[in-house]
Amino acid sequence: MIINHPLLGPRDAQEFTYFGDASLINRPDWQAEDAAELFYEYLHVRDNPAGEHRELWYHEHGDRSWLVVTRNTLTHEISKVEIARDVALTRRHGQ
Amino acid sequence: MTQINRLPCGLVDQTTTLKFSFNGNIFEGHPGDTLASALLANGQRLVGRSFKYHRPRGIFTAGSEEPNALVELRTGASQEPNTRATVTELFDGLEARSQNHRGSLAFDMMAVTDLLSPFLGAGFYYKTFMWPKSFWEKVYEPAIRSAAGLGSLSGEEDPDVYDKGFLHCDLLIIGAGPAGLAAALNAGKAGLRVILADEDFRMGGRLNAETLSVDGMPGTDWAAKAAGELMNMSNVRMMTRTTVYGGYDHGIYGALERVTDHMPSSGGKPRQILWRIYSKHAILAAGATERPIAFANNDRPGIMLAGAVRAYANRWGVTPGQHVTLFTNNDDGWRTASDLQARGINIAAIIDSRSCDAPAQIAGAEIFMGTHVIDTSGRLGIKSIKLSNRRIVATDCLAVSGGWNPNVHLTCHQRGKPEWRDDIAAFVPGAALPNAMHVAGAACGSLTLAGALTEGHRAADLIISLSGKASHSETPPRAEAEAASISAFWHVQSDTGRAWIDLQNDVTVKDIKLAHKEGYRSVEHLKRYTTLGMATDQGKTANVLALAVMAEQTGQSIRETGTTIFRPPYTPVAIGAFAGRARGRDFRPFRLTPSHNWAAVQGATFVEAGAWLRAQMFPRAGESHWRQTVDREVAQTRKSVGICDVTTLGKIDIQGRDAAEFLNRVYANGFAKLAVGKVRYGLMLREDGFVMDDGTTARLAEHHYLMTTTTANAGLVFRHLEFCRQCLWPELDVHLISVTDGWAQFSVAGPNSRRLLQKIVDPTHNISNAAFPYMACGDVTICGGTRARLFRISFSGELAYELAVPARFGAALISVLMAAGDEFEAIAYGTEALGAMRIEKGHPAGNELNGQTTALNLGFGAMLSDKKDCIGNTLSRRPALVAPDALRMMGFKPVDLSQSLASGAHFVASGKAATTENDEGWMTSVTFSPELGHSIGLGFIKRGHERIGEIVIAADPLRGQSIAVEIVSPHFVDPEGVRLRG
Repeated sequence: MIINHPLLGPRDAQEFTYFGDASLINRPDWQAEDAAELFYEYLHVRDNPAGEHRELWYHEHGDRSWLVVTRNTLTHEISKVEIARDVALTRRHGQ
Repeated sequence: MTQINRLPCGLVDQTTTLKFSFNGNIFEGHPGDTLASALLANGQRLVGRSFKYHRPRGIFTAGSEEPNALVELRTGASQEPNTRATVTELFDGLEARSQNHRGSLAFDMMAVTDLLSPFLGAGFYYKTFMWPKSFWEKVYEPAIRSAAGLGSLSGEEDPDVYDKGFLHCDLLIIGAGPAGLAAALNAGKAGLRVILADEDFRMGGRLNAETLSVDGMPGTDWAAKAAGELMNMSNVRMMTRTTVYGGYDHGIYGALERVTDHMPSSGGKPRQILWRIYSKHAILAAGATERPIAFANNDRPGIMLAGAVRAYANRWGVTPGQHVTLFTNNDDGWRTASDLQARGINIAAIIDSRSCDAPAQIAGAEIFMGTHVIDTSGRLGIKSIKLSNRRIVATDCLAVSGGWNPNVHLTCHQRGKPEWRDDIAAFVPGAALPNAMHVAGAACGSLTLAGALTEGHRAADLIISLSGKASHSETPPRAEAEAASISAFWHVQSDTGRAWIDLQNDVTVKDIKLAHKEGYRSVEHLKRYTTLGMATDQGKTANVLALAVMAEQTGQSIRETGTTIFRPPYTPVAIGAFAGRARGRDFRPFRLTPSHNWAAVQGATFVEAGAWLRAQMFPRAGESHWRQTVDREVAQTRKSVGICDVTTLGKIDIQGRDAAEFLNRVYANGFAKLAVGKVRYGLMLREDGFVMDDGTTARLAEHHYLMTTTTANAGLVFRHLEFCRQCLWPELDVHLISVTDGWAQFSVAGPNSRRLLQKIVDPTHNISNAAFPYMACGDVTICGGTRARLFRISFSGELAYELAVPARFGAALISVLMAAGDEFEAIAYGTEALGAMRIEKGHPAGNELNGQTTALNLGFGAMLSDKKDCIGNTLSRRPALVAPDALRMMGFKPVDLSQSLASGAHFVASGKAATTENDEGWMTSVTFSPELGHSIGLGFIKRGHERIGEIVIAADPLRGQSIAVEIVSPHFVDPEGVRLRG
């Protein structure tokens, strides 16, 4: 696969390490009433969509940025690549 | 022996003679021959024995689809089994041997299995060898494995080198037949960066095998001219002997180039290169593969595909027989008769299953329309055929054509499904092609030359315009129209005699019928039950025929029956090519420590640690056992001073206004209050609450920290920290950089370590106990101004320091340290002594931090603060992880101190059986303690902290050992920590 890095352009997927669902960005509040349940779901409960999937990739053999890649799990078509830090910051500001 | 079947024509250089051997017999051939064409030229029809029944077999095809003619090539370590003779280029001195027979090829003693065939039908494995159960592994399987099967391996290391390469292009054209050449000419002239790859050693594909004309010249001449033109274009890369074996995501293709397989030896070059080709567009012009018709005893040597028979005559100047017969269901097959007849070969008879007028008259040939071949005779090679009209015709070569299957394989590597076309009775690529792939020519079902040329040209037109360029050649190359009618006909019904479908796996029509009778309906099940379409040819000549028979049984159409999935590779690829240079010592990169060369000179032995090679120990003359060396290194360190290269520990430089807050969140224990100039032990958890890693972090300045990780986890921890920084807490002002390779670091441990360091640390820096106490750190200069960092930390439990210098000074520093330590009889110690001392001191390491242990297990439960958030904090409090009977890391010593402990032993209470139910924990690390003079161990045991003094059994059934051990504190040496503060 080829991942179109927002800063570095098209790079071979071999340069990256796959991590998992992009929802891992949304770490729960440790002081929440039901923190144990929230963390359990955060860490272990995943959707497994046949189709578009937002997922985290780490450019380990490159610039070390974490990316949010939107990939179709059926066709491997990649429709969007974002810098994970931007995604996380946007989420913060949205709260 | 002479070349009795050689004709005075073809694309071989008959002025040069090459000698080769087959089963020890010396034959002659010419440059341009394949092993198959040369064997046929010499009248060698029998070339092998079949997989299961040991039936005599000959050459069946003229290409990479060959199911029968598998041979062993070369000798010694270079021996290569299961090589297809049809694609093996002849060279002078080639040595080939037939496979799968005991005794000689002609008198295979295993041919008796053919008589047992009634018992060896589909699924015989599963039915016959059921009882007794214990016989399967010891008797049946070894016997079957040695009776069935293909070639043998040399058992020696592959002496050849394999390489990998990367290529980029606008257009990859797969196949250099008429469609591929037409596309390449068009795209090349338009200025696209083109790669044209073909598995053959000569460009042209079927043009070289046929007698058709292009643009008014013989097809072979046109192909040679086109190849010459393309060769002169700097934007076109021509790759012969290169099989594009797989299509992957986003326009990436895998290709195998056979660089030296056609030479006597590789001469130092890589034998094969595995290319990864990045293409913007691709044209699949892979052509088509002919398929046979099944009839009784259709597997005898001399029975060949019709297209192959005329390919041998036209391209290689070889006739596979002197009295050729033809059995066909289509017009194309007739070409074989006319081509051979034109070369003076006697065509004995033409049998066409279609009940229509004969499409041509062939002088001297008897023509039987609406007729079938119903049986054949000839033990080691065909002698005659029997027709459905009861006629018997003598022949030494029966050419069979059941039609052509487009080579759709690469369109299916990304889940594409081929579609059935009734008019050509074959599967063609489905509508959903891989992104940016186009298919042209026979691969797309256009089975005429004119069609192939036009489609190739047009496909290139499309890509040229998609690339924003203009085509410079408006009309495709021209060829005359040809008859290409076919009437589907698959197999001749027969009550007697077996009709082969898959020659390579010995699957017959009967096997498929049997599988159907036994309830196998899906083609995927049929394949696995009968082994149809497996092994080196992947059923290229067999699959569609089998589907047709299956469809007939189920009453469905072939379209409804569907095909099995095509997966890469298209043709076999040696594992060595996938491995490339990554084998043996080069399996993965390894790093050397700054003192590596020095250690090697001292006679050190080395051990792999993560990505590094570390000095394991430094044996001296007179030390005959490793224990002597390790005990000396430990004893001398504890008595005076020892030096160890600890550069391999991961080092992460952490800076920023929020660095302290960041550390406080990634470590389980508190870091907010660490003072500048101090070091603290840090325990890092995963989010699931288990321990991930540990190490020390030094605060070098207000906003500047240096973290160390374990050697093995350096990369993992860095990745984790970047995740935390970028994804979890992007608002923090903190930056990370790995400086593992930037600093050389040495541990200087032992009571004389300060005195040693005072000799090299510049006197402006006071490192007395008062000024530089335990857990202090700071910048210093050494040896008169060289920048360095000093950390007063201890893994050994002794008064100890770690001294770091920029990596380029590391090699010099080890010599400086050893020279300064001379008066203290300083020694260098390796990872074994390091391990022994850390066990004596009770420090956890890799064996204890195995990803299944918690802070509580390690005795660090009190470190966890519920006053702050940190990775893993919440889930580390799950009930099961804090249960009262949780495992605790403890020390263990044998009750009988002369006994040696073993790691991996499990603890059970005294008097209880060593069973899973009674399991209370396990021993993780053991060593002989030079300090205590007996074996000691660390391990996990339930409620261990409440059980000090209790005797339990360390059971080790694997090694037949059971030792009574006492639970003790894990801190065997200096539990109060007096030494390291001294």
